Parts: sequence; C-alpha cells; structure tokens
Amino acid sequence: MSEAALAVHEVWKYFGDFPALRKVTLRVDPGSCVALLGRNGAGKTTLLKILAGLAAPSEGTILLEGKSPRDAATRSRIGLIGHGIAVYDELTALENLEVFAQLYGIAQPREAAREWLRRVNLGHVENGKAREFSRGMRQRLAVARAFLHSPKLLILDEPFTGLDDRSIGLLQALLRDALATGATAILSTHQLPEAMELATHVALLNRGQLAFAGERTAEMLADPNWVYKHYGEAAA
Amino acid sequence: MMLFLRQAWTIAAKDLRSELRTKESLNAAFAFAVTILLLFSFAVDVDPDRIKEISGGLLWMVFAFAGALIFNRAFARDLANDCLDALLASPIPGAALFLGKTIASFTLVLAIEMLCYPVFGLLYNISWANHFWTLAGVTVLATWAMAVIGTMFSTLCVNLSLREIMLPLLVYPVLIPALMGAMLLTTQLISGQPISSDNQIWLRVLAAFDIIFTSLALLLVETVLVG
Repeated sequence: MSEAALAVHEVWKYFGDFPALRKVTLRVDPGSCVALLGRNGAGKTTLLKILAGLAAPSEGTILLEGKSPRDAATRSRIGLIGHGIAVYDELTALENLEVFAQLYGIAQPREAAREWLRRVNLGHVENGKAREFSRGMRQRLAVARAFLHSPKLLILDEPFTGLDDRSIGLLQALLRDALATGATAILSTHQLPEAMELATHVALLNRGQLAFAGERTAEMLADPNWVYKHYGEAAA
Repeated sequence: MMLFLRQAWTIAAKDLRSELRTKESLNAAFAFAVTILLLFSFAVDVDPDRIKEISGGLLWMVFAFAGALIFNRAFARDLANDCLDALLASPIPGAALFLGKTIASFTLVLAIEMLCYPVFGLLYNISWANHFWTLAGVTVLATWAMAVIGTMFSTLCVNLSLREIMLPLLVYPVLIPALMGAMLLTTQLISGQPISSDNQIWLRVLAAFDIIFTSLALLLVETVLVG
C-alpha cells in the first residue's frame, strides 16, 4: 500500500470538556479529492485546521505524506483556503501575493504573483488595494494565494461559499488542473453538487464522529444528499 | 539561515507597509505620548534641574504606555480575514514570524521615541542630546527589550477579547528590570553626565535582558502560536 497523502489516526479534539472531534480515523490516498461533509458544528473546520497544522489534536496523530503537519517541508506543499479569505485589505493585490510567494520561497515572487493575478483575471487591478475590491474579486485573490506555490495537498474549508458562478467555475477548473497533476484535496462544503462533481471520495462527520468514508458513487452524484440520507444524524 | 532572515524581513516589511498605510497604531501612540508629555508639563514645575532628575522615568513611562498600543496590533493586524491562519499554514517558522513582527514593532516604537525626545526637549526646555549616541544606544537596547516582550505577549493575547487590557498587565511586570535600567541611564545622560561606573551594570542588564528574552521567545513562540 502506498503512503497515504493524509492519515488521521484516532484523533480527538477537546474545547474545554467538549469533544469537537471523537476518535476520527481517516486515510486519504494521493490524488484523491475528498468531500468532507457534515452539518454546522460537526467538526469539519476543526479537523481541517488540525490537518493544516493550525491547531494540535488533543489525542491521536496526523501525518501528511508521513510527516507532521508542522514540518516546514510539509507546509510548503499545503494550499489552504479557510473560512476567512486571508487577504490583507491595506495591501495591493500584487503585494498580497508577493508576500506569500516570498514566504513560500518562490524564485521570482513578483513575476509569479503577476502570473497568478492574470490567471484569476485580476491582472488589470494588480495595484489596487484589496479593500477596494468586490467580494468576488477578493475571493479570486484568495484562490490565487492558495494555489500560488502549486500545492500538492489542498485543504479547502467551504471554498465555494459566497463565490459567484464565474469564481466557482474558476476554482473548479484550478482544482481539476491540480488533481490532474497528482495533487490531493480535501474540501468541506455545504454546496453538495459542486463538491460531488469534483470528489473521488466522500467523508461525513456527525457531531465529531466519522459516520461515513468511502468512494463517491454514481448514486451520490445523482443525489448529492444521498450520504446525509443514509448516514446522517437523522438516519442514525 | 538566509531563508529564515528573508522570511522574517518579509513579515517586518509587510507589517511596516500596512501600518504606514493605515497609521492606526502610530497615530494613537504618538498622540498618546505627546498628550502625556504635555499634561505632565502643566502638572509639575518646569524647572530644568528638577525635570532632568525625573526625565528617565517620565520618558520611559511614556514610551512603555505608547508602546503597548503598538504591541497590541502586532498580531491583531493578522486577525482580519484570518490572515494569521494563512501565515501559520505557510512554511515560515514561528520564530521567523515572531522575529519579523518584533522588528516591525521595534521600528515603530523607535520612531515614536525619536519624535518624543525633541517634543520633550521643547516642552521642558531641556537640552537632551548632550550624549546623543550613548542615549541612542540605551534607547535601542531598551526598546528592543520592550519589543520582544510586547510581541511575545501579543501572541498570547491575540485571541483574547480583552487583549488591550491584558497585554499591559502581562508586559510591564516582566519589563521592570529593563525599564529600571533605561530610566536610570536616561536620567544620567539627559543630566549631561556620562554613564558612571556604578551604572555600567545597567547597560549589561539591558544587553543580557535582550539576549535572554529574545532567545527564549524564539524557542517558545511556535508552541505559543500552535500549541
């Protein structure tokens, strides 16, 4: 068996006495795209934050390509879109991307930043401050920031939320390109049709517990609510 | 090592650029510092000899309080839009992130101090620059001490709703040795005397404080940031 792109083993996460994650075990193979489903408060964001190395699990282990998420080499391979868009309002679009290009050690940060601004159709406003952008433009900037360093593991927390059709199409195309080059993705979402189109696997969290993990089937594609109907809290 | 320093400089440059565009903490800190200096000039008899005796205490109290306004923003600046998450998920080591933020805070506080010295001289009619370079050295050492401690505790307080109150409560007790040294040395230098052999020890205290707390902060910050 090849090394897992992402291995979660018996992970618990407590906030005070409350267990937000309860003994979650999940394996994601390289090249997979996992749609992480669950109602609000199910623990999706907590799990994704732990995967991205932004929080430590209370118990259990997480390995990304066999290494800790806090390993610098591992982090250089992660692309993250979180709840916030992670864009500095007072910096220009170009400056925003250039800062992250420098942090990721990209050889020619300014050129890379310009190239990505063109790819997300923001090349004409590269010197505009992010605070002056519309919501859709800011989100495209956030997408460019996440893909800037050609990540091999994409951790996306509700990436389609608030995006217009054009931006959804752009993000889906970038995700498809990344998956075609062997990247692995795990994305939480409430927008099931978009997620099912991309996903090769589906995982469902119910109140912090993994209720289902398996391949995405034709039934799920035909009825995006299929997983909730069969493994959701109401079905349990 | 070069990559580490480059990443730290990227963070420092980003923070300085952001602050110079918004001037949120710079304006507040400078206005606060000038107000205290001005009010104090009304409160006491502006006899140059008496003022020289308390000059170190007055100036470093002003710098410390004004500095707190700047340290509060060190990590809070990255909370908007969850930018801190993107920084922590990037391959920059916590120590480089901390060093970059400390350099930015240090530069901003130093800028406030450079503006405050002439204002102090003007309001109290004191020639403060008799030993300019020695005073500059003391100011740099003590300001770095404030910046390291302020930025370190800023990482601890970043997610607290009462961080504006909590930060000074945590920072000032730890800063007591550095502030005492800075006050004594500044008083002596503004009074026109060189640093006496008795007070040389305070220079060493300041240098040791900087080295010890910078090393400790660089070692511990990753744990503080991520747990």
